[in-house]
Amino acid sequence: MTEKLLDIEGLSVHFPTRRKLFVAVNKANLTVEPGEIHGLVGESGAGKSTIGAAVMGLLERPGHIAEGTVSFKGEHINGRDADGMRALRGAKISMIFQDPLTSLNPLLTVGQQLVETIQFHLNLSEADSKKRAIELLDRVGIPMPDERINQYPHQFSGGMRQRVVIALALCSEPDVIIADEPTTALDVSIQAQILELIKELARERQTGVVLITHDMGVIADTTDKVTVMYQGEVVESGTTQQVLGAPAHEYTKSLIAAVPRPTLKVHRFPQLSYGGRQIEFHIDDLARNWDRPEPTKSGTLLKVDGLTKTFLQSGSIIPSRRKYFTAVDKVSFDIREGEVFGIVGESGSGKSTVARMIATLYQTNGGKIFFDDEEITQLKTAKDLETYRRQIQMIFQDPFSSLNPRMRVDEIIAEPVKHHKLLEGAAIQHRVDELLERVGLGSEAGRKYPHEFSGGQRQRISIARALATQPRFLICDEPTSALDVSIQAQILNILKDLQEHLGLTMLFISHDLPVVRQMCDRVGVMRQGQMVEVAETEALFAAPKETYTRELLSLMPKLEGLSTEGLEDEII
Amino acid sequence: MLTYVLKRVLQSALVLLVVGLVAFSMFQFVGDPIDNMLGQERTDADIARLRAELGLDQPFPVQYYKFLENAVQGDFGVSYRQGRPVAEILVERAPATLELAAVSGFLAISIGIGLGVFTAIRKDGFLANAIMSISLIGVSLPTFLIGILLIYLFSVELGWLPAFGRGDVVKFGWWSTGLLTSTGLKAIILPAITLGLYQMTLIMRLVRSEMLEVLRQDYVRFARARGLKDRTVNFRHALKNTLVPVITVTGLQLGSIIAFAIITETVFQWPGVGLLFINAVQFVDIPVMAAYLMLISVMFVGINLIVDLLYFAIDPRLRTDGKGAH
Repeated sequence: MTEKLLDIEGLSVHFPTRRKLFVAVNKANLTVEPGEIHGLVGESGAGKSTIGAAVMGLLERPGHIAEGTVSFKGEHINGRDADGMRALRGAKISMIFQDPLTSLNPLLTVGQQLVETIQFHLNLSEADSKKRAIELLDRVGIPMPDERINQYPHQFSGGMRQRVVIALALCSEPDVIIADEPTTALDVSIQAQILELIKELARERQTGVVLITHDMGVIADTTDKVTVMYQGEVVESGTTQQVLGAPAHEYTKSLIAAVPRPTLKVHRFPQLSYGGRQIEFHIDDLARNWDRPEPTKSGTLLKVDGLTKTFLQSGSIIPSRRKYFTAVDKVSFDIREGEVFGIVGESGSGKSTVARMIATLYQTNGGKIFFDDEEITQLKTAKDLETYRRQIQMIFQDPFSSLNPRMRVDEIIAEPVKHHKLLEGAAIQHRVDELLERVGLGSEAGRKYPHEFSGGQRQRISIARALATQPRFLICDEPTSALDVSIQAQILNILKDLQEHLGLTMLFISHDLPVVRQMCDRVGVMRQGQMVEVAETEALFAAPKETYTRELLSLMPKLEGLSTEGLEDEII
Repeated sequence: MLTYVLKRVLQSALVLLVVGLVAFSMFQFVGDPIDNMLGQERTDADIARLRAELGLDQPFPVQYYKFLENAVQGDFGVSYRQGRPVAEILVERAPATLELAAVSGFLAISIGIGLGVFTAIRKDGFLANAIMSISLIGVSLPTFLIGILLIYLFSVELGWLPAFGRGDVVKFGWWSTGLLTSTGLKAIILPAITLGLYQMTLIMRLVRSEMLEVLRQDYVRFARARGLKDRTVNFRHALKNTLVPVITVTGLQLGSIIAFAIITETVFQWPGVGLLFINAVQFVDIPVMAAYLMLISVMFVGINLIVDLLYFAIDPRLRTDGKGAH
């Protein structure tokens, strides 16, 4: 049992650039034993994927291993030539990538890709390879494998595709699997299945697994050991229980403190204090200059009644032969003024479609939307619609594609103000500078372009843009899904402040249940276009009524072993 | 799939109908053919008689319908200059142009894709960079200049290849081919290179940039991570994915090879339809011009139809509509 499958010692990976040497990984150590799942956790840029690529010999040039050794079963493998590495790749060490949508060749059938790999590694005949491919598909839990083997990747759902990817990684019966964020792109329920599969494989075949992830929930539920990385360096390593339960290093402590818990509700997230990345958010200043509108009479700001949206699935000249897909099916709920209303659901449940209809980005196919007792779906004139749109603003999921890369940040933030003709001349620049100061970026950030900012900073730019028109209602569509956990904590704190100090009403859409529990006053659960259940957040988490809600909650990572250090003051 | 094909065929027919309208309008607006056909001592009765004979007294739509009816049957009228049916002249000339286009198209595609893949795989290699630099010449020099330079070098200075004409041809029924005689083969080399050079460099640069894009994709990295051979990864996984956008552009380019053959044919005095067209323009031989226009558009439309159908052969995502995951 003590034989180490994979032993990384003092590994440094350097990327020389024209200006300076970038050290992606600095003297990292990591070992994997048979049947062990070793988690590698850290935020983006920590160098965890680089370690995976270095082991596989797949570092992108000019990156290279500057020092240290990678040993496989006691034998040094770094420094092997291209052919030597190829003999190892796939055969002894396999890799699983993050996105199952892009890791399969769309033009070859699943079977072709499997057979090709099996033939190459095991030297079997075409027929035997195919038989083995079917066995593998069966093993990873794909129903009717002898039929599905002839299908193309696009005919599989995301979770099924990731199973195919795993089957491909298993083709050569590898001893070590490096899984690089294998479940990040998947829904909670699918994530649980895939992780279960990886656990089974490790146990059954005594495969060593390196599980690279940024998700503490995955680490807590799946791994035996964990190594924490920060800016290229290993800061802590040990058994999962020990590292998560009693972290020794300051960075690990702050990282764990920033993880939203499903079981505890905190008032504010502790800011990640390690590495001096504190940000200033001046909510009081912002609140002072905020024009608050008259409160609504009924106390309900937004009311949605029987909202329906259908999309054309396959067109035809004859109307009766057209097929429609009902994305949102008679959804009703209302949001009280000053409340944060959450919508949770898996991908395809229609939650974003609801948001887009409220934002009037989509036409409705039925049902009514009332905002401040006025029926939005009946607004006729462009002017009325503009007035409504000024009062609602949206923050999108992807901070990289939601900002125009060709516009300067101050132009981006000024755009809604100019569009709605709220201010003129110097007052616009003044508002922009003020907003940038308030979200902690500083007014000089306005002269830069979006690509000069990190994901979290960009999301703050998005928030500044959303606040520019002084809206009453903010739609946040998965605002933190693309962010690291410490950045997520910052953004969630900002959103909490906005709601508390500016009295903003929010629609908060997320698939992340722990985040929803921290953020929302009430929650609606959506499934396949229908609203399954609407309840007060605490009541929903404590005693879910519907089966589907219970199912969803049961799949949520428990995170029970996580240390609560640094959270004590905030627990409600 | 069938609906798609049907739709595309209908669209193609519409395009041809519009081109036919333009071609036909040329008869109406470029001058009165009666003036050309009757001499100085014509009487009003003669004019009226000829008008009725030719059907020119009919209203415009009726005339257009007649033109279409005849065109579909391969009757494009009589050439003013040669006094022979246009269809007959075209059949005589078409093989030369089609052969030239086929050879230069083949050169452009095979060499273009080959070099494109090579320069993409050896991205920073010396040879790849050299090819990329040289290819700029192919894109930037005008066709006629390349033709003249080639003639100067290989025909005038070295005397290896003929400077003009098609060489000896062999007849198979109405089709004449120069590909079976040594003089014919020699004669086609220079014009084919001249005509295909631009398309070749274009295809090469397109394949290269698409290939570089595809090589960055996860499925290529995953294929490498599975330990597959470089050759399998590059050709089986990467190249095929490169081809979808390449085919679109290549299809359009093949159409323009036929259309732009005019210049090359003029430079090399190649006896094809392009040269015929240039001569027809000089003599305002409208029936020939109109027929040429129709012929070129039929080919363009046909090639693009084939390109669209090729998508189905290459990309399985188009074959099963709407069944995939969203």
